Amino acid sequence: MSKITRRRFLAGSAAGGAALMLTPAQKALAAGSFEGFPEGMGVLVDLTRCVGCRTCEAACNEEQHLPEPSKPFDDFSVFDEIHHGQKRRTTDKAYTIVNRYDVKDTEEPLYRKIQCNHCNEPACLTSCFVNAYKKTPEGAVIYNSKVCVGCRNCMIACPFHIPAYSYHSVLNPVIKKCIFCYDTRLKEGKPPACVESCPQQVMTFGKRKDLMKIAHERIKKNPDTYVNHVYGEKEVGGTGWFYLSNAPFEEAGFDTDLPKKPIIDNVKDFLAIVPMVLTIWPALFTGFHLLATKGKSHGHGDDHSHDEQEGH
Amino acid sequence: MKKLATYGVKPHDAGMKSDGQQWSLMEKLLLGLTLDQYIGQVLRNKLNWFLAIIFAIGIPVILYRFVFSLGAVTHSSYDYPWGLFLGFGLFCMVPLSASGFMLGTTVEIFGRHDFEPIERLALLNGLLGYFFAVVYLLVDLGQPWRLSYPMVYSFGPAAVLFLVGWHVATYLSVQVAEVSTAFFEWIGFQRGYDFIRKGTVGLTVSGIILSTLHQGALGALFLYAPGKVHPLWYSSAFQWIHFFTSSIPAGLCMVICVSTVVIYTMKWRCDQRFIDNLDRITISLAKGAAMGLSTYLIIKLIAVAHDNEWAYLMTGWGAWWLFEIVGFVFAPLVILSYAIRNKLVGLCRIGAFITVAGILLNRLNTALITFNWKLYQEIPHKWEIIISITIFAIYITTYRFILNRLPILYQYKSKADE
Repeated sequence: MSKITRRRFLAGSAAGGAALMLTPAQKALAAGSFEGFPEGMGVLVDLTRCVGCRTCEAACNEEQHLPEPSKPFDDFSVFDEIHHGQKRRTTDKAYTIVNRYDVKDTEEPLYRKIQCNHCNEPACLTSCFVNAYKKTPEGAVIYNSKVCVGCRNCMIACPFHIPAYSYHSVLNPVIKKCIFCYDTRLKEGKPPACVESCPQQVMTFGKRKDLMKIAHERIKKNPDTYVNHVYGEKEVGGTGWFYLSNAPFEEAGFDTDLPKKPIIDNVKDFLAIVPMVLTIWPALFTGFHLLATKGKSHGHGDDHSHDEQEGH
Repeated sequence: MKKLATYGVKPHDAGMKSDGQQWSLMEKLLLGLTLDQYIGQVLRNKLNWFLAIIFAIGIPVILYRFVFSLGAVTHSSYDYPWGLFLGFGLFCMVPLSASGFMLGTTVEIFGRHDFEPIERLALLNGLLGYFFAVVYLLVDLGQPWRLSYPMVYSFGPAAVLFLVGWHVATYLSVQVAEVSTAFFEWIGFQRGYDFIRKGTVGLTVSGIILSTLHQGALGALFLYAPGKVHPLWYSSAFQWIHFFTSSIPAGLCMVICVSTVVIYTMKWRCDQRFIDNLDRITISLAKGAAMGLSTYLIIKLIAVAHDNEWAYLMTGWGAWWLFEIVGFVFAPLVILSYAIRNKLVGLCRIGAFITVAGILLNRLNTALITFNWKLYQEIPHKWEIIISITIFAIYITTYRFILNRLPILYQYKSKADE
């Protein structure tokens, strides 16, 4: 009897140990808080300057070799498009788009350019189970579509609703999003196509930390024009692209309820429990087993014949 | 089968025929009937016709999805990247399959051999639920042929989905091993049976570990979307434990539901031990489910208090939340408690069906209905619905195929009765 008990105990422990091996140091990455690469580049988007000409959309389309859109870039009826009560969003065929917002108390509409904000600690990156995403030291959030399985968890995770998916591809559907023109421009220190194309100098390209100073200076110099907030300075741990606006951000369609901490911070508590369960459960439940069955028959009801055979 | 039984035909249930001869594999597959008898009973069964209609419509649609892309059968929504395939197939099937580890623990760890008659049904329910959750996943993934990438090629160990993937894969193999004892008996591979039986405690303990973590991890997946899931269904501190705790009544009640269906429609396959014990076991399972439900109810309320979300209860979403909690957690809890106290098996079963419905509602609420509550609600594409129903029909067919044959509902005898 004791022989069987010990063997079963070892079996339980071994199984637990095996399970432990299966989850490589999950938590190593959950250490500390990361505030972005010090030399990372960013873009300051000043919405007060945008006139909604859509030149940036056209430039992006050309630079990224995206398919021709159904409406040309000088067609401004797109600003009136509403799908499910929502204005346009980024798609697998348009990595950046400009939307028009009617703001209270002013005649002038507000235009807002939307693209990937290149977070310091991107939710898409931390949610990807094949580690396809990468935050480069230059500040871009890029991804390796060759390993994309198509689970679309990054689309769930992105607080800005940015990543899109090429659903209509049969053999190679992958995630599609703005990559800060990393391959063709940023790598060489050049600004992305949309920034360069803008006739209104809405966007300023530079090191994120320098741009942040510029943003605060602009607010200081023109306190009557700007809302006293840089959207993207603190949101979800800080973003590489950030915005200045003359109207409250929620009126320009920004989500102003986002947490200040990176999205991954929500998940760390759970991730911390994983190694504890893996370590404690085997001993706990094998212990329960011994406590509950000591002195009782170990055999399976339908199993007695075999138990007897074992005993011989 | 009922009709055949009146003519004195007995289904295959033993290693040897009553005259001492071995059954051939073909005879086993035909349940010990002749081919004519077998085909006759297949055609007489109305459920088969119903399933055939679903397959006739649904299987071409599934093929259509693989030939013409996911975009052809869904709304291709960027805002709802996870539709019914995951919302139902993964997030609902997995908690309803918690039965395997629950009953495995009861019998093998706590040595409660009085639950043995239902243990194998619970293990099989677990195995098939997980297996078909993976089938749903394969239909949903953009590139299902890359499913093994997180296992062998490109690791993202900080992601919750990485944990889910690894654990579901490992647990699936654990469950295959657990259920294989029934298969080994059936094909007559005694050494395989003995080998697996020796490792039972180890397998069961790893089952508990893996289940605790991935049931919770399915909840933790939504921690990535704090602004998207409605606050009443979202709790950064307790999400994983909500999902884990609710999987306990889910798994237990699913076993009650399946055993109810079985006892009413497949009684010929159940042996006397199963039939005699079922009422007692149903009440015991209901006790476990009631304890699980009461715990779940309290921690759901604690989560609302923890994040101070009482004000949301006065909104439309709050009414929907109350509908779920009162109608599908509190109500079945009351029903089950009353039924247990008065030993009313039928009422236990009603309570179990409501509990299962409540789990479906909760998972769909979290993954689809309240997801993007600030944006808009989306009704899944009709072909997405058809595919989901078809896969579920394949699940039922497989379930029945196995129950008909393997010694799940009956004990395998070494020699058939005269």
